[in-house]
Amino acid sequence: MQNEFFKSKKSEFAELKAYIDSVKNSQGVTMQILQKAQGIFGYLPLEVQQFISDETNIPLADIYGVVTFYTQFSTEEKGKHKIGVCLGTACYVRGSQEILDKLSEELKVSVGKTTEDKLFTLEATRCLGCCGLAPVMVIDDDVYGKLEAKKIPDILKKYQ
Amino acid sequence: MKIFRSHVLICGGTGCTSNKSREVKNRLEEKLKEVKLDKEVQVVVTGCFGLCEVGPIMIVYPEGSFYSRMSVDKVDEIVEEHLLKGRIVEKYLFKEKAQVEHAEDHKSLKDIQFYSKQKRVVLRNCGLINPEDINEYIARDGYMALGKVLTEMTPQDVIQVMKDSNLRGRGGAGFPVGLKWSFAAPNKADQKYIICNADEGDPGAFMDRSVLEGDPHAVLEAMAIAGYAIGATKGFIYVRAEYPIAVHRLQIAIKQARDLGLLGKNIFNSGFDFDIETRLGAGAFVCGEETALMQSIEGNRGMARVKPPFPANKGLWGKPTVINNVETLANIPQIILKGPEWFKSFGTEKSPGTKIFALGGKVLNTGLVEVPMGTTLREVIYDIGGGCPGGKKFKAVQTGGPSGGCLTADHLDTPIDYENLAAVGSMMGSGGMIVMDEDNCMVDIARFFLDFIVDESCGKCTPCRVGTKRMLTILERITQGKGTLEDLDELESLANSIKNSSLCGLGQTAPNPVLATLRYFKDEYVAHVVDKKCPAKNCKALITYEIDKDKCTGCTLCARKCPVGCISGTVKNPHEIDQEKCIKCGNCYSVCRFGAVQKN
Repeated sequence: MQNEFFKSKKSEFAELKAYIDSVKNSQGVTMQILQKAQGIFGYLPLEVQQFISDETNIPLADIYGVVTFYTQFSTEEKGKHKIGVCLGTACYVRGSQEILDKLSEELKVSVGKTTEDKLFTLEATRCLGCCGLAPVMVIDDDVYGKLEAKKIPDILKKYQ
Repeated sequence: MKIFRSHVLICGGTGCTSNKSREVKNRLEEKLKEVKLDKEVQVVVTGCFGLCEVGPIMIVYPEGSFYSRMSVDKVDEIVEEHLLKGRIVEKYLFKEKAQVEHAEDHKSLKDIQFYSKQKRVVLRNCGLINPEDINEYIARDGYMALGKVLTEMTPQDVIQVMKDSNLRGRGGAGFPVGLKWSFAAPNKADQKYIICNADEGDPGAFMDRSVLEGDPHAVLEAMAIAGYAIGATKGFIYVRAEYPIAVHRLQIAIKQARDLGLLGKNIFNSGFDFDIETRLGAGAFVCGEETALMQSIEGNRGMARVKPPFPANKGLWGKPTVINNVETLANIPQIILKGPEWFKSFGTEKSPGTKIFALGGKVLNTGLVEVPMGTTLREVIYDIGGGCPGGKKFKAVQTGGPSGGCLTADHLDTPIDYENLAAVGSMMGSGGMIVMDEDNCMVDIARFFLDFIVDESCGKCTPCRVGTKRMLTILERITQGKGTLEDLDELESLANSIKNSSLCGLGQTAPNPVLATLRYFKDEYVAHVVDKKCPAKNCKALITYEIDKDKCTGCTLCARKCPVGCISGTVKNPHEIDQEKCIKCGNCYSVCRFGAVQKN
């Protein structure tokens, strides 16, 4: 399977192979391999899934089944900055839906999608566990708590 | 050992870390060096203090001064005044918001009402020890219970102690731990497993995360004890990937325990082997269900299966397995050390011990609260939580997450335990407690939970996969003002079918939020479908914005801010909203400085 994608990511595939070889003999490591692969590539395109299948002898259908089951795995490339708005109950009752709507309006992108310039991916996340700061938004590793919709445009400017 | 004259404890839990407690700690260490106090004052990063609302939290001992809402710019003053000159900086100390009118500055932890009603058993080390140093855990009697079990007790003794204590599973269902262990113990197998369920998926619940972040060794020790009791040598901790700090601290803890021989081969020279691995989840709520969780550890799609066989007979890779939740496990070392009678000395007869609640939503003191079972909702929400902020009226409290129900003001005096909550149509669940006030629409809350369930249903059983989707469609119709009275009956009948015919806990409890709101807030549903009004003024399609001509000064601000240009009027004359064009974005309402825009 020597396509363009494979050629352009040689070192990444080498890193993944080294990891697979190191855990191959343990039981039930599919999820860990996928997590590692997503860490390396940022997402899990079919090429990567095929590669994992070839290396582990797990059928591609099974791998694909696992990838599509868990929300953390993505088969699409993500934007440079990931924006997550917590839609846990505590954040929701304190108005996180408004925050999400405002972001969607500002970035002109629907939830789960990436902006055309590949700068932002907007996601609604599950409870992040910092309910004391509700409503909460996370951009990459920066957490914005006790947020108000009107603050959104200024915050986004920092990343543009 | 080095002696320090002062200790500064800074919270390193997720809430405070998000509020930049790490930066505060860095500045503190720098500043201490500058004034040459770094040899006299020790800075310790701890787990969660519980009062996340006012984080980052910093406590200075021996005085016990409780500084709240710390920021980098407050550090220098506190170091110079308090640590150098011994004068507590009163203005930065925590003040109880619940009693603002006679606010006195509180000096230490025990004076604060938020803590005084609590009984910290599981959280006893959280916020006190450095979770990344095993020696601090050992200094607090850590691993003594494991030592006692391995050197003085038989596995049967251990199970008997657990049975006598009547400790019940804190993950939600409340199954007795001793009984669960006694099912797995007699099974013969070449390998048995202990699993710690740390897949805390309930939105709004974060007690397990706080235990893992603040006291990870308590969980490791308990797993080893459980392993000894049932004859397992291998443990897995299945933890959410959304909890990076918890995962990191667990890995440190496992390594430190291995280095000291508290995990691994021949622990305490007893011939007993036990080791633990962590496994990360990948964002699937259903994986908190035990059979789905095991599927996930095995590397498959996390789908539940039929029980029996129960995991105690056929679990992970077909081997006998015991699965306990984090909070449950964290109780165990102390029960072993202090005995079942001590454990039963608090709580209620059927539900002994304490329970941690994650108090959130419309309540003043959001955070983590550990109280004896049998404490009333009122005590938790008002005495500890401080009630609803902004003088708003309390409407409901949601317990048990998407599987639970909403309770009303009439239930505030219900003592909290497994049976009582179930009797009034909710459940204990993992301990999320979300308070709602008059501005929250209960129909919308039911819709919110259904939306969550539809997303998280694994898809195996048709009633859950298709039925919840149908329920969601109906609820959406109602919140958009297109519902009918027949819809309410349809909702109820669907809910009962899904409840009766789903395989796992997720499906069986999925309709609970709808059933509970229908039971206690039927009038709100009726208002939506008959009057086409949302009493809480929350559902967009059912509200209108109007300008009060007497209050409008004609400042034109709303007209300028309206994204669709539906507000007309000239300067210094009352404005008007064109209802046909209005998209109900609420901009005019939030920008008006004269309260002239009204939401109906």
